[in-house]
Amino acid sequence: MTKYDDLTEFLLRLGDSALIQAQRLCEWTGRAPALEEELGMMNVGLDLVGQARNWYDYAAERINDGTDADALAFRRDERAFRNLLLVEQPNGDFAVTMTKQFFYDAWQFHVLTLLKNANDEHIAAIATKSLKEVTYHLRRSSQWVERLGDGTDESHQRMVNAIDTVWRFTFELVEQNDTEWSLSEAGHIPALTELPELWHATVSEVFTNATLTVPDAASTFYLSARTGMHSEHLGLLLAEMQFLQRAYPDASW
Amino acid sequence: MSEWTLFEVFIRSKHGLNHKHVGSVHAADAEMAIENARDLYTRRNEGVSIWVMPSALITATATDEKEPLFDPSEDKVYRHASFYELPDEVGHM
Repeated sequence: MTKYDDLTEFLLRLGDSALIQAQRLCEWTGRAPALEEELGMMNVGLDLVGQARNWYDYAAERINDGTDADALAFRRDERAFRNLLLVEQPNGDFAVTMTKQFFYDAWQFHVLTLLKNANDEHIAAIATKSLKEVTYHLRRSSQWVERLGDGTDESHQRMVNAIDTVWRFTFELVEQNDTEWSLSEAGHIPALTELPELWHATVSEVFTNATLTVPDAASTFYLSARTGMHSEHLGLLLAEMQFLQRAYPDASW
Repeated sequence: MSEWTLFEVFIRSKHGLNHKHVGSVHAADAEMAIENARDLYTRRNEGVSIWVMPSALITATATDEKEPLFDPSEDKVYRHASFYELPDEVGHM
């Protein structure tokens, strides 16, 4: 398994998370509760594919062995993916989908806000552009969490179940890591020390409005996106997403 | 979904002065209506401002009132500013 340098690994973490989250959103095509909602979700998905492309382009440039954004997306195996465990989880019902989206949006929002000031110009530029989109994503998913949490008895119960289902994967959103430490030490990116606190504050605020309870911090377990140790769901997702390029390499139309 | 409210959507384009009716969306509340309208009607850079309002709040003229309301103005051509001789210097107005 190729392990890239810290910065490239970090770029893949951002790019892979965006791509896998987008792919999960695409699964709602034709199945969303309303036409308006479907278009809304696909818009978010498209934004995320665009962001993934930007991170991959930069990663490919650094890897510099002839790879490109498409190859990174469609020709890597499960273990090479660095996406957050959260985003590869199945969509479940609409409450699970929105809960995942909200946790991820809150994470993205704060990560990108910090990265906007990165010394690395590429990173700062991608973060600045993406942040506009993500600000909207977060607003959208926050409102859904509030609407469902503070809605009917059933929607509230579904939110409680959804949080119960995906909360354990949020440890990755708030963990402090050596890779990011060394990247900020080396001056590539700002320190992400405040990230856990910021993420938690956003979640608490929205959950309070939604009459939902924030669980105790999730604890680390043996799976980790950083080492490519994913849950069983990523492989199936990739099988579907990568099928065409795997079966017909470089296919075009 | 069947319980969602129908909202009418008005968009002001970049160089437009007023909001124009562009269509409608279903939504559970006004915030969602704004977002749905954003996703549906401003995908291609169409607007800089959105208004939404519940369709039920609109009072409209009825079809069978068309004649008494609008026909009387048909034969009042003098209400159009088309009887003035414009001096050449004015050019196109």
